[in-house]
Amino acid sequence: MSEFKKKIECILPGKQWEELYDTSHLPPKQSDVVIVGGGILGLSVAFWLKKLESRRGAIRVLVVEQDHTEHLAVVDAPLVDLRYNPSGCLLLASEKDAATLENNVKMQRQEGAKVCLISPEQLQNKFPWINTEGVALASYGMEDEGWFDAWSLLQGLRRKVQSMGVLLYQGEVTRFITSSGQMQTPSGEQVVLRRINEVHVKMDKSLEYQPVECAAVINAAGPWSGQVAELAGIGKGLPGTLQGTKLPVEPRKRYVHLWHCPQGPGLETPLVADISGVYFRREGLGSNYLGGYSPTEEEEPDPTNLEVDHDFFQNKVWPHLAQRVPSFKTLKVQRSWAGYYDYNTFDQNGVVGPHPLVVNMYFATGFSGHGLQHAPGIGRAVAEMVLDGQFNTIDMSPFLFTRFYLGEKLQAYNIL
Amino acid sequence: MAAPRAFLRLGAREWNARARGIHSMSEPVTPDSSRKKRTLLQFLSDYFHDIHALREYLLRKQILKGNRKNRSFADIQEKYGPYVTGALFILKQGGAVKFQDKEWIRPNERGHFPTEFLEFRKVPVEAVDASGCAINYQGMSNLLPLKELRFLSLQCCPNVDDWCLSRLYLLADSLQELSLAGCPQVSERGLACLHHLQNLRRLDISDLPAVSHPGLTQILVEEMLPHCEVLGTDWAQGLKLEPDQQPQNTPSPVSP
Repeated sequence: MSEFKKKIECILPGKQWEELYDTSHLPPKQSDVVIVGGGILGLSVAFWLKKLESRRGAIRVLVVEQDHTEHLAVVDAPLVDLRYNPSGCLLLASEKDAATLENNVKMQRQEGAKVCLISPEQLQNKFPWINTEGVALASYGMEDEGWFDAWSLLQGLRRKVQSMGVLLYQGEVTRFITSSGQMQTPSGEQVVLRRINEVHVKMDKSLEYQPVECAAVINAAGPWSGQVAELAGIGKGLPGTLQGTKLPVEPRKRYVHLWHCPQGPGLETPLVADISGVYFRREGLGSNYLGGYSPTEEEEPDPTNLEVDHDFFQNKVWPHLAQRVPSFKTLKVQRSWAGYYDYNTFDQNGVVGPHPLVVNMYFATGFSGHGLQHAPGIGRAVAEMVLDGQFNTIDMSPFLFTRFYLGEKLQAYNIL
Repeated sequence: MAAPRAFLRLGAREWNARARGIHSMSEPVTPDSSRKKRTLLQFLSDYFHDIHALREYLLRKQILKGNRKNRSFADIQEKYGPYVTGALFILKQGGAVKFQDKEWIRPNERGHFPTEFLEFRKVPVEAVDASGCAINYQGMSNLLPLKELRFLSLQCCPNVDDWCLSRLYLLADSLQELSLAGCPQVSERGLACLHHLQNLRRLDISDLPAVSHPGLTQILVEEMLPHCEVLGTDWAQGLKLEPDQQPQNTPSPVSP
């Protein structure tokens, strides 16, 4: 009887009329923009696309996520609680990195950030629990700096983009149907330009897929962006040519550890990033701390699974922690977990903007662990690129894909 | 604000509960919000896109109105100086201000205040009572140039949150008394950045509904600010008396 009711509901106006079977669980047949990846970058691009569209309802946006969970205010919903801790970030630098840190702080202050430089004596006065051996200079954020709950931001953004009319579906992008055409450059070379016409979205745990016709595709698939780019034919060509340049983003595993230390640093602890690359911050009120460490190239853990290597903490993280904060000698690890970074093997900086040959694929990925903090800005940049064809607010042309072919690394002068 | 001050002193939660219907678009989740009656507009907006767009427009207008109240008085600051600008901002919001060696200036029930303080260009402001005002993060920038401010009361301000507290470090040299009692959006994360205020002697952090563990937070704040007297929660709050711990004036049933 319920099958019959569903069929009748299909016929009523406003529902998808499919003669053969009920397709309400499948994504729509057409969409103007398809965003592959529903993480913070994908949702941010969706948000800005809907905010900057010229007319209400002008752009149809579909976000496909494989694994799914003032500006963000939605009518009738409670406000997003980001659990923002404004305690600031403390970056420590040794003698050889002190000049870089000073330059960085100067540049940040020029852009309006409220950071200041502290000497080791001032550091010892402010935070008595720290051991300033080896520290030549430190930078401390006084205002608007700290950490927040990324999951709440993600959920708040999901809710907001859903209220703006973006469709969110769970599925896997398995294929792109493209069409190509030959063009000639001013110097007479033949170039093959490709357009993506359809995206095949495969439903979870079934063989069913829906071909979605689209005008633009945004690759915000995080650690799996490299695989999605290969599906579109990026990187299939002779190495050394533009056709043969792959998207150098691959998944890298990183661990985060939560430990308890009864006599540890107090309520005012900022996020401390040590010279050695170890970082930690306070978590909650019960003397718990959260931290981690980025391994060097040789020590990279295997990214095929999310298993945690507990010896990594014992051997690599704990010695540095105990050296910097003596009370951490008596810490006890409560939990550890692992996650993936969308690691850009070329220069660890993100890729933003269209691909030169596959003309309607835009990238918003590869930020190697810094994607969250840049997400609103990148979302706006990609939305402007899709809607206006150029970057309006901030010029992100150093982040384009072509730098991989030209070999120009975009080095970030950070010490971590 | 035009509303009477007594009305505002009721506290932010009751204020939100009273301003229902068309005016409260995105409220904090309170226990009775799920059981409240839906208004006609809310019912209609589930069925008509136009009504939904209208409600979104009204929500945006409400946010813009709040922003306008907290705009930066930079042009007045150029002409009259930082002290007069700060005082004007607070008085327009409905708070009270006290210049050094002068009396408290408060707006009356109609929102009017005496304007003789416009002459006090060089006289520093030493106390500000912004209880119940709609001051927010943007509006704080009008208060921060008051470098000799000693007393600041932000009791029951509905828009003061952790972000605002992170800006208070600019008043660290002079601020001696701070009151945050009853602010619904201040949590322990914002209290953590009060460690810059080393000259603080009295801090009132009672009745903060967003703080998850008031007793523990008070202990940690006291450790963080050793020279400051912290007024927090009443220690016996939440303790229920057991039957055998009844007050002593009940006669014992069995005499030894």
